[in-house]
Amino acid sequence: MEYFIELFFSGLTRGAIYALIALGYTMVYGIIGLINFAHGEIYMIGAFTSFVVATVLSIYGFPLLSIILLAGLAAAVWSASYGYTVEKIAYRPLRHAPRLSALISAIGMSIFLQNYVLLAQSPDFQPFPELIPDFEFMEPFAHVVGSSDVVILLTTALVMVGLTLLIKFSRLGKAMRATAQDRTMAMLVGIDVNKIISMTFIIGSSLAAIGGMLIASHIGQINFFIGFIAGIKAFTAAVLGGIGSIPGAVLGGFVLGLTESFATGYVSSDYEDVFAFSLLVLILIFKPAGLLGREAAEKV
Amino acid sequence: MKKRVLQKLAAGALCLGLAAPTFAADTIKLGVAGAHSGDLASYGLPSVNAAKLVVEQINASGGIDGKMVELLIEDDVCKPEVATNTATKLISDGVNVVMGHICSGATKAALPIYNNAGVVVMSPSATNPELTQSGDYPNFYRTIASDDAQARTEVDFALNVLGLTKIAVIHDKGDYGKGLAEFAKAFLEKSGKAEVVLFEGVTPGAVDYSAVVQKIKRSGAEAVIFGGYHPEASKIITQMRKKRLDTIFISDDGVKDDTFIKVAGKYAEGVYATGPKDTSSNPLSKKAVEAHKAKFGTDPGAFYENAYSATLALLNAVDKAGSTEMAAVREALQNNDVETPVGTIHFDKMGDAVGVGFAMYQVKDGQYVEVK
Repeated sequence: MEYFIELFFSGLTRGAIYALIALGYTMVYGIIGLINFAHGEIYMIGAFTSFVVATVLSIYGFPLLSIILLAGLAAAVWSASYGYTVEKIAYRPLRHAPRLSALISAIGMSIFLQNYVLLAQSPDFQPFPELIPDFEFMEPFAHVVGSSDVVILLTTALVMVGLTLLIKFSRLGKAMRATAQDRTMAMLVGIDVNKIISMTFIIGSSLAAIGGMLIASHIGQINFFIGFIAGIKAFTAAVLGGIGSIPGAVLGGFVLGLTESFATGYVSSDYEDVFAFSLLVLILIFKPAGLLGREAAEKV
Repeated sequence: MKKRVLQKLAAGALCLGLAAPTFAADTIKLGVAGAHSGDLASYGLPSVNAAKLVVEQINASGGIDGKMVELLIEDDVCKPEVATNTATKLISDGVNVVMGHICSGATKAALPIYNNAGVVVMSPSATNPELTQSGDYPNFYRTIASDDAQARTEVDFALNVLGLTKIAVIHDKGDYGKGLAEFAKAFLEKSGKAEVVLFEGVTPGAVDYSAVVQKIKRSGAEAVIFGGYHPEASKIITQMRKKRLDTIFISDDGVKDDTFIKVAGKYAEGVYATGPKDTSSNPLSKKAVEAHKAKFGTDPGAFYENAYSATLALLNAVDKAGSTEMAAVREALQNNDVETPVGTIHFDKMGDAVGVGFAMYQVKDGQYVEVK
């Protein structure tokens, strides 16, 4: 039973990591129907920004809490500006082009950003400072679930609830839903569609940056390629949960993380990806729109 | 107007391009192939420096039979699919002998291409046993011992020095890591002294290895033998220690790299890793290291001395053979002893260097120290 609980928490942490990144995929897809492959790179840039800021601040001897807050803030702002720019130069001109063009543009952006960081930073792995200390009250449970796992889990939960509230109850959320439903109609009732889409990218990117900081601190190392692998898994999680749905992305992340963890624990880690992707295929056969996705009604 | 200038430039470039091969016929072209960029560049770049230094020295003393040695440096980023292009590029540039590649997977992919072209290849770091033992690549040599030698060192150390009886063997599913892990498992089982309680591959690049760590804990292993490279090793050791698991960690020369210590930080303390025998008391080795410091201003990186030795051995063989033909070079490699920084070596029929081996190292105070 203890082994089951240990695996369960391993899976939860992994799932929360996937979910944090998947939220950005799902938000963008929900509003403009584009799979933003550069999202993983925005996450990576967030991790790098917080790495630089945290390293500089720790040299000047700032207390840990202020390092986390300042590094997180810097990463969120910096990544948001990247997200905004990427949307503006790579996706907006293709708004009325066939979907495939925007998709290729997204893949191109992803490759560009990866190689940009490779050249601007270094190809080597860099040690990421431990921003989340070992809390004393966690010590009895440290062999099952660490302090950084708990912080990641809480952040994911908070972000999910916050986003759901934002989309359900705020003016911005209402405008986002309207844009998602019918862009032309939204424009006719006076919504600045371009601004709403930019806002979506800004929110999604800053979330990815905060995720990047927490996850890099949990893993303890970063390089230019981390966004690609994490991005692929997060994308899988978003599809699994129903792409376009916020709770779906989180559910998809947890389902994927738990499946991988239990497959590793009870079968073999050699087959971890086999189980994860078999599950994806199975779910898509029986629920093509994903776990919480809605069947899109054909617009007439 | 602008167009005409461009045309002239293009014509000039064409002439240069045509003129180059006629010059090159009087030189011996030494290819240097390996990971010179990407996340494994720290293994490949030292070999480029080594080749540059050796070639500079040979050319300064008049070259080989009056011919200058020319370097052709190509990057394969340690990927098999890129390595085939690298090899084709080198051959079309007229390479005579090649020092490289760095990673076993990339080397394996490139070898048939060199073999067809009759080019002898010598790697400073590709340790997959198949490369020599299969007999498929008569053109291949190396100045490093193969993985089964390394696995033998790891297992002997775990059984005889540490006296362990329960061992988990983990690998990264790659040619290098899995190959090594399978040898370790076979040696452990054959010894009858210890039980292999877990044998698993992990997915490289995964965000989190805590499930595998929990599995290691449940298996009751006293030690983990890990086959793979430092990015995964540092993640696994970090998560093991964070989960308060102080299992002994034994790994290979893919982990015996300063980047591992830099990234894993305090969690790297006490980790064992095998690596080539310390040859720093060898005068030739001292000379090679000094030359590197003088020219590049830094300490040389991983496999530097193996690469230095490989370059020396290859060029020595070309000199002794008086030709760059594959059969003549092979014979010269097998029949002549050569003084190198890794010791006095010659090569056996399969292509392995006789007189090169592994030792066990441990991280102490942020540095790898040989365990006596």
